[in-house]
Amino acid sequence: MKIETTINNQKKELNVKNYTEPLLDVLRRHGYVGTKEGCRSGQCGACVVLVNGLPVNSCIYPAGRASGKKITTIEGIGIPNKLDKIQQSYLESGAVQCGYCTPGMILCTKSLLDKNPAPTDEEIKLALDGNLCRCTGYVKIIDAVKLAAKKLKKSSHR
Amino acid sequence: MFLICVNLWLKKMEKNNFQQVGKSKIKVDGQALVTGQPVFVGDFIIPGMLWAKVLWSPHSHARIKNIDASEAEKLPGVKAVLTYKDVPRIPFTTAGQGAPEPSPYDSFILDNKVRYLGDRVAAVAAETEEIANEALKQIKVDYEILEPILDPKNSRKKNAPVIHDEKEAHMPLPLAYEPKKNICAHIDIKIGDAEKTLKESDYVIEHEYDIHYAQHTPIETHISTAYFDVHGRMVIITSTQVPFHVRRIVARSLNIPVQKIRVIKPRIGGGFGVKQEVLIEPLVAALAMKTNQAVCLKYTRSEEFISSRCRHPQVINLKTGVQKDGTFSAIDIGILQNNGAYGSHSLTILCNTGSKILPLFKCKNIIFDGDVVYTNLPVCGAYRGYGATEGYFAMGIQLDEMAEKIGVDIVEWSKKIHISVGETSPVFAALGEGVEGVEQNISSCGLDKCIELGAKEINWYQKRRKTQTGRYRRGVGMVIMMQGSSIPEIDMGAAFMKMNEDGSFNLLLGATDLGTGSDTIMSQIAAEVLGTATEKMLVYSSDTDLTPFDVGAYASSTTYLSGQAVLKTAQKIKEQIKKVAAEMLKEPVENLTVHEGKVFGKKGKATFSEIANYSLYTKHQHQIMAGESHITHKSPPPFSAHFGEVEVDTLTGKVRVIKYVAAVDCGTAINPKSAEGQTEGAVINGISYALCERYIFNKKGKMLNPNFNYYKIFSTMDLPELKTILVPTYEPTGPFGAKSVSEIGINGPCPVIANAIYDAVGVRLYKAPFTPDKVLEAIKKNGNHR
Ligand code: FES
Ligand code: FES
Repeated sequence: MKIETTINNQKKELNVKNYTEPLLDVLRRHGYVGTKEGCRSGQCGACVVLVNGLPVNSCIYPAGRASGKKITTIEGIGIPNKLDKIQQSYLESGAVQCGYCTPGMILCTKSLLDKNPAPTDEEIKLALDGNLCRCTGYVKIIDAVKLAAKKLKKSSHR
Repeated sequence: MFLICVNLWLKKMEKNNFQQVGKSKIKVDGQALVTGQPVFVGDFIIPGMLWAKVLWSPHSHARIKNIDASEAEKLPGVKAVLTYKDVPRIPFTTAGQGAPEPSPYDSFILDNKVRYLGDRVAAVAAETEEIANEALKQIKVDYEILEPILDPKNSRKKNAPVIHDEKEAHMPLPLAYEPKKNICAHIDIKIGDAEKTLKESDYVIEHEYDIHYAQHTPIETHISTAYFDVHGRMVIITSTQVPFHVRRIVARSLNIPVQKIRVIKPRIGGGFGVKQEVLIEPLVAALAMKTNQAVCLKYTRSEEFISSRCRHPQVINLKTGVQKDGTFSAIDIGILQNNGAYGSHSLTILCNTGSKILPLFKCKNIIFDGDVVYTNLPVCGAYRGYGATEGYFAMGIQLDEMAEKIGVDIVEWSKKIHISVGETSPVFAALGEGVEGVEQNISSCGLDKCIELGAKEINWYQKRRKTQTGRYRRGVGMVIMMQGSSIPEIDMGAAFMKMNEDGSFNLLLGATDLGTGSDTIMSQIAAEVLGTATEKMLVYSSDTDLTPFDVGAYASSTTYLSGQAVLKTAQKIKEQIKKVAAEMLKEPVENLTVHEGKVFGKKGKATFSEIANYSLYTKHQHQIMAGESHITHKSPPPFSAHFGEVEVDTLTGKVRVIKYVAAVDCGTAINPKSAEGQTEGAVINGISYALCERYIFNKKGKMLNPNFNYYKIFSTMDLPELKTILVPTYEPTGPFGAKSVSEIGINGPCPVIANAIYDAVGVRLYKAPFTPDKVLEAIKKNGNHR
């Protein structure tokens, strides 16, 4: 079956095997390979994308449900040489080691900061609790979210 | 002592006035990672690629009497089914170590015997994963079920079943190996006379420590893709820490020449040792050969838990003798190590449990012996810490206990008992990686400063030994540690460099960046030597066709070993640049200095770009290029002191880490943020291991919790306050004074938390992990709350 969605602000028709096919598989098949697979069971957050601005684990999200919705993947955040402030903050803070958890982390960060531009440490931890990272120990990821909040605040004041 | 180190380091810093090194440069591969570019194995989709799936053994120990794949083969879309009948019967080890490996050749791509629940039985390649899964169901297997060994204490018993009864199993080096007795490695070392001195010691403590299975859980599971290029050569794109060992071991296992294979490591999604294993590449390669098509095999999370590799559980019997003045008289360690069903890294892990712990302490009388046994349980392999994690668990707890016994503060005592600059230990020469080690004197050590700063940060003297009442009790604990930096006189790394017209450089590295940031660190080292910016380096690493050899990312070696190869290469390039500049500027080479991407003479100057253009197009044309290799004759230890504060809920037994401090001397931190990141990642992994990570087996040896719901790893809400302190020293044999940092951090949490629990509630835990049930039971038994 086919579904209509908006991916990264572009209208897109997706070929879907059936209503319950995981959105993760559909996205990767259509070239959005920045969305990663770590467990296929909603337990690691590597596959997070935003659906209407909210983070979902795309590995357990039925693609059919995405019909008519707005999807944001990591490809829609920023591209090489044109990084978004959150991406820049992750790099500057040393929050990226292997980078496999990073797309999911960045999308959760975006969703958090869109709603709450000045989160506390506890709020950051809560927002990222579903995203596992085995490399960093999370310390620098939390730094990155704080740095991103700062950068975004600065730019919104201009 | 520390002051000398600092002064020496500061002097060198001053002299060198580092521009690129010692700075937290942004990862050279960072942009691609934060934008989700296709850089991981699974992102390379080759048209017509097939998907592989493996049939796993439902039994712990069985012989395959009959296997019939004919129905599976008939399924539309199935392109190949492999059983043991279809693959060469060549024994090899999956341990990605230097050749010949000090691990037994006891594995086949597929075998007619299964040795643990989760062992391979057959493999399928099909057009889709669904078809492959369907095909697995159609394979009929008739097993003769054999008695399993599910407790390592039973492996050496007289009439125990023999797990490796195949005639081919052997050790490629002349090392102890007795598969008929289920012994896959053995070590026996005596230094001085420990038996006698133990008897004469003022204080002796002996105890048994039990440390458990765990999995690395890289967020990217094992994945490899194999295909044939236009020349009919096999290309394997794989998530590995050891691309050159992959090439060699695949060649052996399939009996094809190395020349026919190219291994490419793209970005990899974490390794921590589990990808030092040549685990799935031979199988994927065999499927590609059978189908003549591209084949991809990716482990599911549950396969990663059960059928990849784990940390080696050990039962450690440790006995130490100490004199009244606090000096060691003897240490006696006996180890029983469970390797699971195959012998990967068996001997070397065991050796490391001694060689990374014993030299830290000034002790002349040592007994170190151990057996590594086979069981019908999941297979163990390299895991960050590599035996030292296990060893420090026992040693760290016993020293805390000993300090109490002799009536000294463990922090003060720790400063007195450790090895220092200029000193050596007989253990360095006696114990190496499977073979004898290499003698060395310590040439940098910031451990005293680590202890001092760590104690201050945790507020040791205010918090230690507090009398408390009430449900929640707090306590603090500490441990001191060392690791190594590479395997001396065994490991080799190499680099190659060439200069481009605009003054940029291609840096080709064998070294394998597994997410640790080594590509960036190597760029910083090269840029520092050349007096140019890190951003001028174009790194390409780990491609067996295009980059020079490197043993790979393990044994805490990359910065120290491969970094030195890069440094030497860059020095050669610098000489060539100066030679061209001398000709251009008509000045003698001695007059020239190089910095900021330019060569300065007494009269004039030339930019790197002008020099490169001159060398390529103007006169005496040649390519400025060079390559160098490096081996080390030392393995200088990084040192570290860890401190932790815990809160124990005496009602439930739950332990929470409130604050954790890791002070580490890794020499010069080439990239301080990366060094901190290595430490933070290792520490959190270690805390998670100490408190909640565990394998739960049923009576048949089946691991029951192969997912993140029931095998809990730390997430953000579990974090303690974590403070990393880098204590700079200058290691004269390392690139710009650097030593290793990646592994040491994981060794601290188990003993630190055990000691802090004791400080809080007065119970000693000798068996990890410290789950609420165990803590509560210990509290109840002891009753003697602090
Ligand atoms: S892959 Fe979706 S949560 Fe792990
Ligand atoms: S950076 Fe490797 S899993 Fe997060």
